[in-house]
Amino acid sequence: MLTKRIIPCLDIKNGRTVKGVNFVDLRDAGDPVELAKIYSNEGADELVFLDISATEERRKTLVDLVRKVASTINIPFTVGGGISSVEDVEILLQNGADKVSINSSAVKNPQLINDLAQKFGSQCVVVAIDAKQIEGRWVVHLVGGKVPTELNLFDWAKEVEQRGAGEILFTSMDNDGTKNGFANEALAKLSSLVNIPIIASGGAGNIHHFVDTFKDGKADAALAASVFHFKEIEIKTLKKELKNSNIEVRL
Amino acid sequence: MKIVIINYGAGNIQSIMFAIERLGFKAILSNNPEEIKAADKVIFPGVGEASSAMKMLLASGLDRLIPTLKQPVLGICLGMQLMCNKSEEGDTKGLGIFDVDVIKFTSKVKVPQMGWNQIYNLKSALFEGIAENEYMYLVHSFYAPDCEESISTTNYQMEYASALKKDNFYGTQFHPEKSGDVGEKILGNFLKL
Repeated sequence: MLTKRIIPCLDIKNGRTVKGVNFVDLRDAGDPVELAKIYSNEGADELVFLDISATEERRKTLVDLVRKVASTINIPFTVGGGISSVEDVEILLQNGADKVSINSSAVKNPQLINDLAQKFGSQCVVVAIDAKQIEGRWVVHLVGGKVPTELNLFDWAKEVEQRGAGEILFTSMDNDGTKNGFANEALAKLSSLVNIPIIASGGAGNIHHFVDTFKDGKADAALAASVFHFKEIEIKTLKKELKNSNIEVRL
Repeated sequence: MKIVIINYGAGNIQSIMFAIERLGFKAILSNNPEEIKAADKVIFPGVGEASSAMKMLLASGLDRLIPTLKQPVLGICLGMQLMCNKSEEGDTKGLGIFDVDVIKFTSKVKVPQMGWNQIYNLKSALFEGIAENEYMYLVHSFYAPDCEESISTTNYQMEYASALKKDNFYGTQFHPEKSGDVGEKILGNFLKL
């Protein structure tokens, strides 16, 4: 059976891993290549690298990092952050990335999703959506949750699927950094509306939260950062517990 | 040992290059027929859309070369699908090495299948030392139905062929280069053929 995936996310700034609480107040959690190796050995199913630095040197540093990670680990990984063109994607894939994740650039230029899917295949196009509830409505946000858009989460999800996205990474800004669990109601609704895999993100605090997001949230994968980086949850233990809860995982 | 990865513009070739390096070998990228013919092992990668990948093969004349190769050839993912008779994706005529037609998963399941799934009913030296039901990484919307040339099956919506073999030709729907240590061992087995 196809298993549920556990995906550690490494936020990268200037070649180092960071994780913000509600996207501010960043703390250093180590070297990305070393972390990637550790997670791969512990049984992570995939990795996501999200580049949040914004310097001129950004792209070169990121490409170097992608090469180092690809040469070291033998599980798939996704790279996101500041990707806005077919050329950006081409250079990342050429250096060993398996998928790319696009967010703001897809909102600003939805045609980019079609272009990437056509050129590289849907399998490598992950559309990340950050959203939070405003007066009961899930509103898509940009720039790490700072800027609201006109888009509704569910309409946008359907559109990105139609345009050729292979997967949706949904982060609930209301849950992110809270460690109170994933936004399972919205996740389950997403899963019923689109027929591509959904990655749950934002809110992981304990092992039960993962069980809940797979059972109640119908998520295909769950992504988290700080609970793994600070060893609050060990991936091996997590996957054993998931198995004990009758959730299919790769052990 | 001379390992050639066929470079026709489709696929995440770098991951395969790195995996071969981790196994202690070096591979070269080539679209040169003489170089490909002279190789000890040939890897035929591919991700993306079938008809555009096939167009690139046709443009380079590699569509005629590949079926005539005598050394072990391994098609990965779309590479494997293109070695079949035809693919429903873009109504694409394939290389006709494997006698099976590639079709799409229905919307009863999420498409693409993305993630780790088990391989079983393992046959051939490609799987020497590999236990039944190991997990491999797969990402695909189209599949080859279970058939006489299957050397492994996987279950998603139904049992389908996750690896194929005919004579010196091998194909895996899964990505051995991205499937952890077990995947790397399968790739190592291929290099030992």
